[in-house]
Amino acid sequence: MRRHRGLWLYAAFSLAILWVCGHEMLTAYAQLVLMFIGINIILSSSLNLINGYMGEFSCGHAGFMAVGAYVSSILNVWLFTSHKVFGPPVLSPSSAVYLFPLTLLAGACAAALAGLLVAFPSFRTRGDYLAIITLAVNYIVKSSVENIQAIGGARGFMGMRKVIEEMEAVWRIPWIMLWILVFTGLTVWVLHRFVSSSYGKGIVAIRDDEIAAEIMGVDTRRMKLAAFMLSSGMAGLAGGLFAHILGYINPGTFTIMKSTEVMVMVYLGGMGSLSGSVLSAVLFTLILEVLRPLQVIKWVVIPLLLILLMLWRPEGIMGDRELTDVFPRLRRWFSADKGDVHGAP
Amino acid sequence: MSGRGPSRWRDRERQESRVFVDTLLQNILNALQWGSFYALIALGYTLVYGVLLLINFAHGDIFMVGAYIGFFVANFLLGAYAFKIPANLSPPLVFALTILLTMALTALVGVTLERVAYRPLRRRGAPRLYVVITALMCGLLLENGNLALLGASRRSFPTLIPPAVYDLGGVLVTNVKILVIIATVLVFFFLEAVVRKTKLGMAMRAISYDRMAVPLMGIPVDRVIVFTFILGSSMAALGGVLFASAYPVLEPYMGALIGWKAFIAAVIGGIGEIRGAFVGGFLLGFVEIFVAAFFPSTLRDLIAFSILLVFLSFRPTGFFGVARATKI
Amino acid sequence: MALLEIRRLTHFFGGLRAVADFNLRLEGGELLGLIGPNGAGKTTVFNLVCGFYKPTEGDIFFLDKDIAGLRPHAVTAMGIARTFQNIRLWNTLSVFDNLCIAQHFRLGYGLGDVVLRTGRFVTRERHVRRTAEELLEIMGLRHYAQERPGNLPYGMQRRLEIARALATQPKLLLLDEPAAGMNPGEIDQLVETIRWIRESFTLTIWLIEHHMRVVMSVCERVQVLDFGQTIADGPPEAIKQDPRVIQAYLGSEELSHA
Repeated sequence: MRRHRGLWLYAAFSLAILWVCGHEMLTAYAQLVLMFIGINIILSSSLNLINGYMGEFSCGHAGFMAVGAYVSSILNVWLFTSHKVFGPPVLSPSSAVYLFPLTLLAGACAAALAGLLVAFPSFRTRGDYLAIITLAVNYIVKSSVENIQAIGGARGFMGMRKVIEEMEAVWRIPWIMLWILVFTGLTVWVLHRFVSSSYGKGIVAIRDDEIAAEIMGVDTRRMKLAAFMLSSGMAGLAGGLFAHILGYINPGTFTIMKSTEVMVMVYLGGMGSLSGSVLSAVLFTLILEVLRPLQVIKWVVIPLLLILLMLWRPEGIMGDRELTDVFPRLRRWFSADKGDVHGAP
Repeated sequence: MSGRGPSRWRDRERQESRVFVDTLLQNILNALQWGSFYALIALGYTLVYGVLLLINFAHGDIFMVGAYIGFFVANFLLGAYAFKIPANLSPPLVFALTILLTMALTALVGVTLERVAYRPLRRRGAPRLYVVITALMCGLLLENGNLALLGASRRSFPTLIPPAVYDLGGVLVTNVKILVIIATVLVFFFLEAVVRKTKLGMAMRAISYDRMAVPLMGIPVDRVIVFTFILGSSMAALGGVLFASAYPVLEPYMGALIGWKAFIAAVIGGIGEIRGAFVGGFLLGFVEIFVAAFFPSTLRDLIAFSILLVFLSFRPTGFFGVARATKI
Repeated sequence: MALLEIRRLTHFFGGLRAVADFNLRLEGGELLGLIGPNGAGKTTVFNLVCGFYKPTEGDIFFLDKDIAGLRPHAVTAMGIARTFQNIRLWNTLSVFDNLCIAQHFRLGYGLGDVVLRTGRFVTRERHVRRTAEELLEIMGLRHYAQERPGNLPYGMQRRLEIARALATQPKLLLLDEPAAGMNPGEIDQLVETIRWIRESFTLTIWLIEHHMRVVMSVCERVQVLDFGQTIADGPPEAIKQDPRVIQAYLGSEELSHA
């Protein structure tokens, strides 16, 4: 079991959180912040795959998040609740308990397919021009949603709360918290394994020298497809979870602002550092909450902090190192071959 | 309809085609004006990119700052504040002075941004991406700083040019519209002359050709960069004042969306090319206006961005951009 | 069966004819040199062979299979590896990782294996690491394994590039000016390395070089290119005396290295 210490540790941590939430020892607000931390970890670490490890500049992550959010929400509302557009539930509402992760994954798959919109142009384009393409995809997704009236258009889509209620009716545990914990851990775990394998390091080779990578045997197109689909799929996952926290989403949530927020987390943590992304997602979410009373000033302070960060420590908190590089003793905890899981929230 | 046969129909048809031509002309004019704004802002992106290879994401907000500065300058010149100028200026003079003063002041903002945020990073040789992030943050800072300082209330830009509408054979044109279009065309020729005839302009072009050699040739790179920011920011300021004259409502986020779109225009034209900024700006203007004319206007962004996506997939470097051959 | 056969290979850059009617028959085990003045089209020939450019005209057969127009990684997978004129290592990855990633095309596992850490992943990954370690050992780079390539001395970076090419387990190794920028001591070492590699890896080597000392001492056959045309082909001694070759080099400094 020594090899999976990190995994057990995370499982124990998750159970502790669930227990605490289940016994209402945490305020609803604290739970909400915890859930946002989890979602931000998924978002920042998945974007780091593209912006950090692959060295591209994607600024449309919120677009993929929107795809995941809408697809999983619509599926859930259609399948498990009665809705004025989609009619009565297709399946028995209580089956949501075990089908919920599947609809989330369906949303993730849809987002991964949307990732193709960026992946294909990336074969011929890179750098600034690809950045524009990601931007355009973000706008296209948002604008498309706004124009589909059946799912609420610009007014937004709701009804996911009922799905969660159905699940809670079967078994009273904090379902959303549970799935956020599971998928956050899973995301970090998958990404960690990906970037520490020779296979995944192929995308770092693309960042360093794409021509050399292609000529020395890396199928750059396949790697780009894999990276973009993985990253956008995970963003879709985060979107799906996000949609079910409040039970309401509207296209205005998934704008360039949201994408910028995720980008900030990636750069704050350090490009090409997974533990950096995790740390910065925690830190950034907390800072946002601490600054919340400042209202407007919040969005003055945050960019200012980042500008100062860029001036004094442009490589972010971690640079491209991992926690285990800074504190080698941690390696003991996170298994012999460089760890399976980095400490999530 | 009391039809008296074919002739009546023909009349109606003629009338309809007449209306069609009129709306077409009307839309072309609108597109030219709308494209002018994009072109003026796109210029700033393109100039800075040509010299620094930096996407100055704060530029859309420089446009917003320009409009606000114009607002305060105009009100000041009109004597709206406690501290007044002794003379009583005529509105056209106020307008001209507003534009000049605003351009100068906004250029100052742009240069300050360069000095405080970008130059230290460049000096340290920080990767380009860090500078881009800094630019994004500067933009947010300008937007939200404005919001925090001046509040969320919208301000209306004073009317400096008495509105006049001309009827050119059924097509209605406002004087502001004509002014905007003419100003943009003049700016184009002015800038082309600057980069071809002046020393600093030639230095700008030289830097975009060969970044490594230029400092070695004794060209003061920092001065060229400052000059670039002055040009870009003042053109955005011009755009801002003109925009505020045409659509006199100011709000802190007015530069965000138009800025992103102007950036897209710059890319379509081929970023780094002055011609590109104009062609891209007008093209985007046309696409948006005509989409809005024939489809529900909610589809405007969707179609504009889809066109961009398709265009870039087939011609990744824009109209005038040249793909740099990679040597191995 | 020839290892590599090139027939009537022609390539244009816009209106410029970089390579004209280039023909070559390379048998297994040969050590062929390609020389010529700057801009003669030598590197272009390499770029065409390794798939970086698609030829305007002509055929390239490798082990009797047409490889013209294949994407570079596929060409590498067939057994052609190369080094670059300007060193192109992956500079944020360790020396060790550079050698692992060069085996990317024959990892033999996919994303699913990575995530689930299947048996296939574990054995294949172990194999890749062992290959990399062996190469570090025999190329004398063990000491630098966790270093970033940029921190290595120049000669060592060139060595690492060769090691990386060897990691793809090629049948044909293309060396593009391996001695460029080296000092005489490093050049001697390089000549040794090239000879030794050919012996111990049973490779065919095709190299572009400006340093005549390298060309004359390692190549068994030399081909001379000028303005995209082959002007001479033969053993080094004969090439040295060929009037057309002397003509092509006249006034250019390259032969002064001889």
